[in-house]
Amino acid sequence: MSIPAEILIKMYRAMLRIRRFEEQIWEVYTSGLMHGLAHLYIGEEAVAVGVCAALRDDDFITSTHRGHGHCVAKGGDLEAMMAEVMGRVTGHCRGKGGSMHIADMSVGILGANGIVGGGFGIATGAGLSAKKRGTDQVAVCFFGDGASNQGIFFEVMNFAAIWKLPVIYVCENNHYGEYTPTASVTAGERIADRALPFGIPGTTVDGSDAIAVYGATAEAVARARRGDGATLIECDTYRYRGHHVGDPGEGYRPKEEIEAWMAKDPIERLRKKIVADDLASEAELDAEMREVEREMENALKAAKAAPYPDVAEVKKHVYA
Amino acid sequence: MSMREMTYGEAVKEAIAEEMRRDPTVFLMGEDVGKAGTVFKVLAGLHDEFGDDRVIDTPIAEAGLVGLGVGAALTGSRPIVDIMFGDFITLAMDQIVNQAAKLRYMSGGQARVPLTIRSTMGAGRSSAAQHSQSLHAWLAHIPGLKVAIPATPADAKGLFKSAVRDDNPVVIYEDKMMYALKGMVPSKENYTIPFGQADIKREGDDVTLIATSSMVHVALDAAHTLAEQGISAEVVDPRTLVPLDSETLIDSVVKTTRAVIIDEGHKSFGITGEIASVVYRGAFDYIDAPIVRLGAMDVPVPFSKPLEDATIPTATDVVNAVREMGIEKA
Ligand SMILES: Cc1ncc(C[n+]2csc(CCOP(=O)(O)OP(=O)(O)O)c2C)c(N)n1
Ligand SMILES: [Mg+2]
Repeated sequence: MSIPAEILIKMYRAMLRIRRFEEQIWEVYTSGLMHGLAHLYIGEEAVAVGVCAALRDDDFITSTHRGHGHCVAKGGDLEAMMAEVMGRVTGHCRGKGGSMHIADMSVGILGANGIVGGGFGIATGAGLSAKKRGTDQVAVCFFGDGASNQGIFFEVMNFAAIWKLPVIYVCENNHYGEYTPTASVTAGERIADRALPFGIPGTTVDGSDAIAVYGATAEAVARARRGDGATLIECDTYRYRGHHVGDPGEGYRPKEEIEAWMAKDPIERLRKKIVADDLASEAELDAEMREVEREMENALKAAKAAPYPDVAEVKKHVYA
Repeated sequence: MSMREMTYGEAVKEAIAEEMRRDPTVFLMGEDVGKAGTVFKVLAGLHDEFGDDRVIDTPIAEAGLVGLGVGAALTGSRPIVDIMFGDFITLAMDQIVNQAAKLRYMSGGQARVPLTIRSTMGAGRSSAAQHSQSLHAWLAHIPGLKVAIPATPADAKGLFKSAVRDDNPVVIYEDKMMYALKGMVPSKENYTIPFGQADIKREGDDVTLIATSSMVHVALDAAHTLAEQGISAEVVDPRTLVPLDSETLIDSVVKTTRAVIIDEGHKSFGITGEIASVVYRGAFDYIDAPIVRLGAMDVPVPFSKPLEDATIPTATDVVNAVREMGIEKA
């Protein structure tokens, strides 16, 4: 599939933004500026970015506990995200949600989620609503391999199939749910196969390859916009770090396995491709990196300077 | 009685290990309970002793997990099902409320469901709205379920062992902020605490503080402060919500004539309301001040620390409530 150079460079930049954001979160967290749980997306950037590059601003996504990458890729604001995870009032959710609940309805981010499988119903409902309202919007549901064992996954695929809903289920198979290897708790060869009994196409792609993810998503989006219904895309991927900051990520994962995945890093891979195809020079890509670095520094500075919400806000927003 | 010091988490683990050694029909299943020893690391080592057959990692599927627990309990096993965060119990509500709780009654007394569900509760870790709730009132509302809510290592051990031996479905809540809390625990192997026995955690004469789970420690702190101000507070911990030891609660308020009730569930339609009505009825002629209820603020638990802190009852809140009760010292 031939993809315009500007999209490839946009994807490269988006992956860098996610990586730098997550590295920054690590710093912020370990220096005590952030509390609670922080699940990092480092290593999985090509999935969020490949998918979201194939979406429009008015399309929807639902995200997960490991949601920072999805939010950055769909157009979340780095400063508002950083402020949110630090509990500041300038955050996307005024500090009420935190890392696991970042949402930005203005760009179709219907919310990260603390419940494993929590996005299945919401994304499928967003697809139903798009159809009822007669738009050609699509809804993407990001979820993990672990979430694919929740019963509601099968319920929503049935809904999506009988009503031909414009939903794309994107499984991020990073081979572990917390400390448990996926294969030990998950039947069948491929999670993608779980779509087949519903008559929904299910494909598996290399989740370290942003171009492959983009291609599979673009096809699924076209199908959904045409009115032909849902698709399940399983992305083979890996988290470099632990389940959350605080879990070293070792012990339950072989060292060689971690190294093998890091050797096919999605960002390096796309960069090589861009340079090899002469779409941009090393120098131009380095400039992108510096630009992202600047953006990140500004976001962090602004978030650190922002105030906490006034305690009076605690009772606000319970009801509309 | 010979005692040993251990943490709350260690007490839970020891209770499970002892019951598993004692009764081969007991097994434990849940997400990451195996080698990982739960995400709180509280059960680390159990898997080494009992292996894959009896300490079982499951898929992330709470409804199915509890459902399997019900079926296994119905047919001769004595399962312990681990639901990592109390918030996730909502995903298994049909299995708990419509199945486990009712099978005995619906079958006219034929069925037995000796199922223990252990889960966690409590805010205070900046874990936000879906990892901080204290939903024990939901379960206490359902006839057929028993609910235990231990506040100390000794209570955790004794109540957990009773839960496993009980022939009814029991939900036992551990506050995740208490896992590192230390306390003395009786050494004897058969140490159990019967359900339905409140415990007087501190004796006093002027006011009764009825508190559950981590709020017991908030009440004890408050009692300490009040003592410095010349007010003698009695702290009573029901320990199990179902069955509820109404008598001990009422007797205490008859003696002190005042009560503050503290529980980390939401205040509205919750545990404090239920206990207040029990105490009002039982101690009506003796009560000298309106009973005060303190619970989690009626909002989802917010992420941001200053907001979260504002939602949980504190010792200061308890002290202030007591000081407004017009206790006159001789
Ligand atoms: C309903 C529910 N059960 C359990 C959890 C605890 N939990 C949080 S993340 C996680 C693992 C999820 O695995 P997966 O879906 O593969 O996502 P990953 O973390 O690998 O990205 C678990 C069990 C939860 N948050 N919600
Ligand atoms: Mg996973």
